[in-house]
Amino acid sequence: MKRAIKPIALLATAITFTSAAFADGHLSREQSSAIEARQSHMQLMLFNFGPIAAMAQDKAPYDSARAAQAAANLAAVAGLDHTGYWIEGTDSSVGGNRAKAEIWTDLDGLIEANQALVTSTTALADVAGDGIDALKAAFGPVGKSCGDCHETYRTPRN
Amino acid sequence: MKALRRLLLLALLVLAAGWFFTRPAPLSSDALDGYVGDATRGEISFAIAGCASCHAAPDGDPQLLAGGRKFASDFGTFVAPNISADVTYGIGGWSDLEIASAIITGSSPDGRHYYPVFPYASYAKAELQDVVDLIAYMRTLPASPTPSQPHAVGLPFNIRQGLGAWKALYFRDTWVLKDAQTPEIERGRYLVEALGHCAECHTSRTALGGLDTARWMAGAPNPAGEGRIPNITSGGLAWSVGEIADYLESGFTPEYDSAGGEMAAVIRNTSQLDAGDRRAIATYLKALPAVAN
Repeated sequence: MKRAIKPIALLATAITFTSAAFADGHLSREQSSAIEARQSHMQLMLFNFGPIAAMAQDKAPYDSARAAQAAANLAAVAGLDHTGYWIEGTDSSVGGNRAKAEIWTDLDGLIEANQALVTSTTALADVAGDGIDALKAAFGPVGKSCGDCHETYRTPRN
Repeated sequence: MKALRRLLLLALLVLAAGWFFTRPAPLSSDALDGYVGDATRGEISFAIAGCASCHAAPDGDPQLLAGGRKFASDFGTFVAPNISADVTYGIGGWSDLEIASAIITGSSPDGRHYYPVFPYASYAKAELQDVVDLIAYMRTLPASPTPSQPHAVGLPFNIRQGLGAWKALYFRDTWVLKDAQTPEIERGRYLVEALGHCAECHTSRTALGGLDTARWMAGAPNPAGEGRIPNITSGGLAWSVGEIADYLESGFTPEYDSAGGEMAAVIRNTSQLDAGDRRAIATYLKALPAVAN
């Protein structure tokens, strides 16, 4: 039994990591790498956001050092310039990603929405280590900036 | 000749009968007798019904129901009308009965059918008390002097009498989940199937635009564009009752992804409910038959 699990797990992993590449087979290298970079960026955000959100929602015990570190990372990732991500021909219609066409017609709006994230994550990083109440208060605006941007610029999953 | 005349007469009769049976059927004039609206309770009904999500002007004040939001569909593009308290351009001059009739029967004061993009087929199951509360609350909201824009709908769907036939086919005031086994499921059923009108997006439609109750809440193409509105029966959603209730409050999935698209607006509404009501919605969803993706 144990012997069977390993190949299956490996296969599943391989499929997970290559399916995006298959879906984007008709894209140029630049287009594929822009999509991957966007998704990696989001993955990094989520990795750092998750522990903070769990503490803010009382699903994990408050850990001052961990909160401060995750919030600092989150603010750093949010602050990365992402204008290079939005190259032509990489909206959700090409498959494998959920970027709405509105991004290309309203890039200024997207940049403004991201600025709200920069502001709220910076404020969170300033206080995340100062206790659970401070973290909770600063967490709300961060969640709101996630939702506001996803409302306008991300399509539902396929 | 005689046979032709008979045929013509028969055709006329069929047309007349068709006209008769497809005419709007508003509430009776005494339907609201004895009901008094409470604006404070109405605020919650307003949130559950999601009125502002469609009728607030795009990027405008969510309390200003000026209309103007566009909804593309297979039948044409609909534009949400002004339903603010303005007497000329909104519905400030309508009686409670006229507004309730619009919400519950999909019939306008001047005797026309509304298009079912206005989810009256769900609202039809609402309690009259909740509807008059909702109307009382709407009357406290600001007026907007913005004229409503016409829908861009072509033949044959612009013949509104045809909607009478649609109503005859799809208008039901019975529950889809027949057997609500606990009071909590029953409350959830009321919130989801009536004012919440969740199925309008989460259930796929037949060719004529009626909800396919055999695949209730099992997901559907996104009417607003790409992607799919997800299956939220246990066949498509593995979240616990607590996780669903948390999502309806915070907009965060158990993995801390955030709600996006149209659902972000829904969360703004569900976050205003009592925690018990959010739990009731979640309990109802878990009680639905699981439909595979």
